[in-house]
Formats: sequence, C-alpha cells, structure tokens
Amino acid sequence: MRLAILGAGDVGRSVADLADEYGHEVVALADSTSAGIDPDGIDVDGALERKVGGDALGSSDPEDVFETAYDVLVEATPTTLGDAEPGFSHVERALEADRHVVLANKGPVAERYEELQALEADSAGSIRFEATVGGAIPVLSTIEDETPQAVTAVRGVLNGTANFILTRMAAEGLDYEHVLAEAQDLGVAEADPTFDVDGTDAALKFVILANVLAGGGFALEDATVEGIQSIPGSALDLASEDGRTIRLIGEATREDVRVGPRLVPENGALAVTGTRNIVQIETRHAGSLHSSGRGAGGPETATAVLSDVGRLPPL
Amino acid sequence: MTAVSDESAGEDAETDGGVRAYTVRLELVDEPGELLRALEPIANSGGNLLSIHHERGNITPRGHIPVEVDLECPPDRFDGIVDALRDAGVNVIQAGAEQYGEEINVVLVGDLVDTDLSNTLSRIEDEADAVVRDLSLAAPDGTAAVSSARARLAIDSGRTEAVLAAIRSIGSDKELTVVEPLLGGEA
Repeated sequence: MRLAILGAGDVGRSVADLADEYGHEVVALADSTSAGIDPDGIDVDGALERKVGGDALGSSDPEDVFETAYDVLVEATPTTLGDAEPGFSHVERALEADRHVVLANKGPVAERYEELQALEADSAGSIRFEATVGGAIPVLSTIEDETPQAVTAVRGVLNGTANFILTRMAAEGLDYEHVLAEAQDLGVAEADPTFDVDGTDAALKFVILANVLAGGGFALEDATVEGIQSIPGSALDLASEDGRTIRLIGEATREDVRVGPRLVPENGALAVTGTRNIVQIETRHAGSLHSSGRGAGGPETATAVLSDVGRLPPL
Repeated sequence: MTAVSDESAGEDAETDGGVRAYTVRLELVDEPGELLRALEPIANSGGNLLSIHHERGNITPRGHIPVEVDLECPPDRFDGIVDALRDAGVNVIQAGAEQYGEEINVVLVGDLVDTDLSNTLSRIEDEADAVVRDLSLAAPDGTAAVSSARARLAIDSGRTEAVLAAIRSIGSDKELTVVEPLLGGEA
C-alpha cells in the first residue's frame, strides 16, 4: 500500500521508518509546517534526518498531501479533545476521496465516533484504529475476532505513566510527587503529565472501547474519571497488608466507562508493573482473555498502525 | 390413563406450601423497647416465633446486644421478613445460613481524622449496611495531613455494588477518595 503519513512525532516517524519492512511504501510524510512528497516513494531516512536536525521535512505544503496518489492516510497527529481537530478533518478528506484511514490519533475515535462511522459508510475506504488503544497490544483486533457482541466488558491498565508511578510508590514506599519527578527525569512522564495522571488518557482509550462494543454513543464527557494524584504512599502500604495493590484501572462496557484507582490482587493479572499495559477482555462464551505488552512508544505503536494497514482490503 | 409415580417429589417437599425453621441474628441497641421493635416485623410478615436468645452479657464490639431469634415461615416469605427487619432499622447480622457471604476491602484517603473517622465508619455500617471487620489507619505525616485507612467490610452476598455505591456517596460527602476493589472478571 502507498502510505501518506500525517504527523511526524514518535509514531509517525516510526511508521515511516518501518513501512518498508512491512512491504509498504511512504509517498508522503508531513508535520504541521511542511511535507515530503514523492509519488515514487520519499527518501524516508533523509526526511527523518532533517526533522531530527530541526529542518523542514520536505519542500511541499502539508495541504498537498491530500492531492497525492496514496492508498492509506495514516493519521498520527497529536490527540486533541472536543471537536478532535484537525485530526477529524484529515480523516474526512481521505474518506471523501475514497481512501483508507488508519488512526493513531485517539481524538476522533473517542469524541466523534458516530460521525466517523457515517463517513466510512459513504466511502469506498475503511477506517482502522488499533494503535489508539494499548499501543502494540492487539486489543481491537481481538475484540473484532471475538465479535463485539460476544464481549461483555474490557478492563485493564492502559496508561504506562500512571502505572509506573503507582508501581514505584508501592515498591519504594515513596510519595506521588517524588516518584513523578523521577518518572520525568527518566522520560517516562511528560513535563506536563496531567493527561496521564488525571486519568484522561486512559479514559479516551476506554471510551473508544465502549464505542466499539456499543457501536458508538460515548465521548469523554460520558466517562467517570478519577486520577491518581490524590493517592499517598500510605494507601499503597495499607493495600499491601491485605495482598492488594492499587492500579489505575479502566472499565468499558456497553453501558458505561469508568477509570479510577482500584484495589486489585497484588499478584493478579491486572497488577502489571512499570510502564507495561494489560487488557482483560471478558467474553460471553470463552471466559476472559488477557493481553499484556507495551502500550506506548514509537515503534510499538507503529506496529499496530502497520498491522492495521495489512488488514485493509485492496481499494 | 397411566398413573405416573413421582419419585423426585421427596427432596424438596417442604417448599410445597410447608414451613421451615430459620435463625436470624440481630444486633440491638441496649434501650427499652428495642426487642419488641425487632420482633414485630417478624410477626407482621408472617413469621412464627419459636425462641429468642437475648445474650445480655455478650456485648458486640460496637456495644450492641446480640439476639438470636428462631422462627418458622414458608421459604418464600423469609426474604420478606429479613427485608421488613432491615426496613424497621434493625441490624441483621445473620439471616438463615447466609452470614455475610462476602468480604471486601476499601481504602479511604483524605483528611480522615478531621472529618471524623468514627462517624465515617458508622455511616458505612448504617448507610451501606456493611460490618467493619478490620481497620488500619496510616497517617505518616500526622493526623492533620492526608491519611489513609483500609477497612475490611463484611457484606451480604450480591450486595457489593449497592454497598460500594453507598460508600462512594459518603466519600463524596466528606471529600474522601474511595479506592474500591475491582469487581468482575478474574481480577
């Protein structure tokens, strides 16, 4: 497939870098200011070197990407809330041109799911968005394989930053602020970690899951969300007296979405450590399935994007 | 017509309009008239009192008096009797064979001391209908700072959601963070 990649952050750059290995060709790579475009395939290494060096990706205007002959638009621009722009418009333009879209951007799928479904229905192209939930972990394709109707609930840990902080707090008996500073030094937490620690990032993923289970109907405002900022080290100590620990757990069903700190068995499946993620998919006929792995990171998330590309039908 | 012998009828014959004996364990406040107040809902809901053990010398940890009541009634009325007792504000700690089928842990975080921890716990017992079996408090930075408490609660089977909803609302009243157990699945 010929890929046009919008967004040149960790994920967009990794998709460009790995595309060849997966048998695909990158015909466009754009950030918000410039684009490298070549219908015969761009020089990915050259473009990435320029980007890392602080120069323009290429000499074209990002707008020109939509005029390029591509098969799949990879939407990897930063997640925005509310109207989910400009990501949503990018998806709209590609579908209206009867192209496929693979999203790594959570915004449109969490906030405007029904509109995406309507656009897809009128297009020859399809939408896929495995990379929006759990990075490298095949969560949505597993639900698709089981069929969403046979899945009763999805639970799990889908934010590595919050999980890292809780794990360190429990292991070292340290308080939140201390561990957060350490996580920032290690590059695990962003300079502004609000979205991760207040539960918003995890909530977006569980909203997407609820949309998949219920066929739409959910946005961030429909989720009950609590973060981990108010959890002191002493709460983790008390939990461990009884063989429990605290994790930021999300739950999505056809009825609601909930994210908050919860008590889970210390040695249970959901008590993953560090930045690891886990999902538990509860099925009607086959019990619970667990899938654990790296839920973030450029190359990890890019593998989910490229798996999606591989599942698309020919146009 | 052929007469069909009904061989399986023996096992549950007593449910066919018969009565069964049950024991309920109550916890009463040590005040005049409390025992009568506790027995009325039983009689009014169609239960027949068999015996009453009023264990005056044996005070529960909360300073209440345990009372054991044997009664008989048709099986389909027993739940109604227990509900009538609870509606009358009587603390039922055991009903039939089912003595608090489940235990759950919750961790509370916040200004636990300033917001009156013992009041929080008695509200959990009264409003969430749970028994606090065990409590640990951790206040590493002193009682004026944020502290945490873990409570192990005994609750009736099948009432976990209702109990947690009640605790959640007490928590939001008192501005406490409630860390609930994760239910469902193989957590």
